Amino acid sequence: MAFEYAPAPESRAIVDIAPSYGLFIDGEFVESSGGELNKTVSPATEEVLAEYTQATAEDVDRAVKAARKAFEKWSALPGSERAKYLFRIARIIQERSRELAVLETLDNGKPIKETRDADLPLVAAHFFYYAGWADKLDHAGFGANPRPLGVAGQVIPWNFPLLMLAWKIAPALATGNTVVLKPAETTPLSALFFADICRQAGLPKGVVNIVTGDGRTGAALVAHPDVNKVAFTGSTAVGKEIARTVAGTAKKLTLELGGKGANIVFDDAPLDQAVEGIVNGIFFNQGQVCCAGSRLLVQESVQEELLDALKRRLSTLRLGDPLDKNTDIGAINSAEQLARITALAERGEAEGAERWSPACELPASGYWFAPTLFTNVTQAHTIAREEIFGPVLSVLTFRTPDEAVAKANNTQYGLSAGIWSEKGSRILAVANKLRAGVVWSNTFNKFDPTSPFGGYKESGFGREGGRHGLEAYLDV
Amino acid sequence: MSDRLSVFKTYKLYVGGKFPRSESGRVYEVTDSKDNWLANAPLSSRKDARDAVVAARKAFGGWSGTTAYNRGQVLYRVAEMLEGRREQFTREVADAEGLSKSKAAAVVDATVDRWVWYAGWTDKIAQVTGGANPVAGPYFNLSSPEPTGVVAVVAPQESSFLGLVSVVAPVIATGNTAVVIASEKAPLPALSLGEVLATSDVPGGVVNVLSGRTAELAAPLAAHQDVNAIDLAGADEALAKELEMAAADNLKRVLRPQPVDYFETPGIDRMTAFLETKTVWHPTGSLGAGGSSY
Repeated sequence: MAFEYAPAPESRAIVDIAPSYGLFIDGEFVESSGGELNKTVSPATEEVLAEYTQATAEDVDRAVKAARKAFEKWSALPGSERAKYLFRIARIIQERSRELAVLETLDNGKPIKETRDADLPLVAAHFFYYAGWADKLDHAGFGANPRPLGVAGQVIPWNFPLLMLAWKIAPALATGNTVVLKPAETTPLSALFFADICRQAGLPKGVVNIVTGDGRTGAALVAHPDVNKVAFTGSTAVGKEIARTVAGTAKKLTLELGGKGANIVFDDAPLDQAVEGIVNGIFFNQGQVCCAGSRLLVQESVQEELLDALKRRLSTLRLGDPLDKNTDIGAINSAEQLARITALAERGEAEGAERWSPACELPASGYWFAPTLFTNVTQAHTIAREEIFGPVLSVLTFRTPDEAVAKANNTQYGLSAGIWSEKGSRILAVANKLRAGVVWSNTFNKFDPTSPFGGYKESGFGREGGRHGLEAYLDV
Repeated sequence: MSDRLSVFKTYKLYVGGKFPRSESGRVYEVTDSKDNWLANAPLSSRKDARDAVVAARKAFGGWSGTTAYNRGQVLYRVAEMLEGRREQFTREVADAEGLSKSKAAAVVDATVDRWVWYAGWTDKIAQVTGGANPVAGPYFNLSSPEPTGVVAVVAPQESSFLGLVSVVAPVIATGNTAVVIASEKAPLPALSLGEVLATSDVPGGVVNVLSGRTAELAAPLAAHQDVNAIDLAGADEALAKELEMAAADNLKRVLRPQPVDYFETPGIDRMTAFLETKTVWHPTGSLGAGGSSY
């Protein structure tokens, strides 16, 4: 039985969105060489928030040139000076975090609870962390005097728009590179607001350039001959395309791609905590998380007890207005993504898995998908193999730890995994055998700027975060 | 000079700890720098390459699962075996690369020393590249390097022995297994290395050595869905691009060809190129009356 809460909406008056945005190149907003404008909508209401510019290949070239020009001075600055710019940015983000949280929730559809408590604090922390590296690179373990690569072309996804920007821009700038960044086509606004933060911080012009647009803009950026480094977070299919594009060039590449994370619950797990972790693992950000725990592997002997508790818990989740501080589940980011989730869930039913959702009223407008759980799932099922990138959990069972490990690793991906057990030696033994870049034991979806993040196998290569994250932007 | 007729060696592949001929039954003529016949080396086929991947995959669990100390001991044992065969390798390297006996001997010495260098790395690389991360919360967070899996190695074309060892040793020191394509023109030192590995304590399948046409063998390895990474050291520019594109299909880690002076002491980048970083989070909680809590 769900509690009734009075609505507690966060005010959107704190954000002032302009009706239309140009491209941020060489320190100022400029018009495109083409005339194409796109609209960005609020996924929760389908209201148009603003128009933004579809950058052409010519615009991308202009941005790369600005970044190239800025590189000379930026890379020659003492690290301690670069550090201070980044510290300024971190502080300004903290100061403006309420505004940015509301903006992100409007543009992305995720609950304000998440942008306020997860995205924004992590964004500021990431800049703060890498700021401190800028004058300490000699001690980072890559030899003395490691050099920046040059111009970094960065393409980021829509699920954590500002956080992914921070993951890309902070280490790039700390190491002395300049950047041209393309935000996702459905969530360009926080990156455009970030341009204003660069202005406030007094960042030299051309060090950060923001080009908005769809995949065409991204393709032009990745293929640009004067880009020295390509960093991409997004789908595995696009990641492979990018890997082909940069083949045979000197461009350094890092890819952070899809996942099909296994969340393994052993019979000796603290079940109440496990339920919370499972919910966090697959319903955080509506499951639109590359490291989501989208496959629940539960030991047969506790399956019934766990699923009963999980269903009870799911029935208390509150879906609705993302700006309401009580909301647990917000909107799906786009109509396109909703269609993909819907199609895969239907496929799950068609292939014989059993579908369950709590009673849950969906708002009349906007893009919504109820929390969904599939049982009777086998490893051959599409919903156990393909990344759904939505609030859909596939439940599989196992009998022995070996079987759990085998099933967890039976995927082309290798980004994340979770282990729930009270037995320390079992946790360590299983963590050791999982082929995944991030393993959470008795927790899930924890992130920190000091903690390297990235995948095995087709989840991509390279690490973001921590000392490891510097390597992607250094000539080492 | 004795007028005794010498016994030739039949050079064979080294796959899964065994010495098969190419399944294709093909061989090609290997000559020295003055075009004198040295041997008929196996001209491996795509099928040989696939068989080698199967052997390497089978060996991966065991090899990556041994302790780093043990891997160091095993690699050191290889150096011991190489030391005992210095004369043989000096002759083979001199023939293969057209070097004087003394220069070839220097190459072989450097090669043995390179094995020793990597043998010592097995139980240190994790401390250099991994460690605890000071996350802002009640968690013990540890990053550790892990081998990426099966690595295809296109060995350098010119440096048939020192170059070969300089690219193979770092791959297996960290727990990967390797499918190695020997220098096309000078494959004999690589095939002899297989004999050394077989008489050391390296488990079968950890290193698999193929001889033949580089392009013919590298293509199926670059496209192979059960190969995790590829070192393109011995590929020319055009081939390297083609292989890198094929490698994108399952997102293999790719080490592009680069100019290397194999006499120089290497850095650690040939090891880190084929290492993954795994980060594990453990709640530390706090000690309440009831013991640990989350």
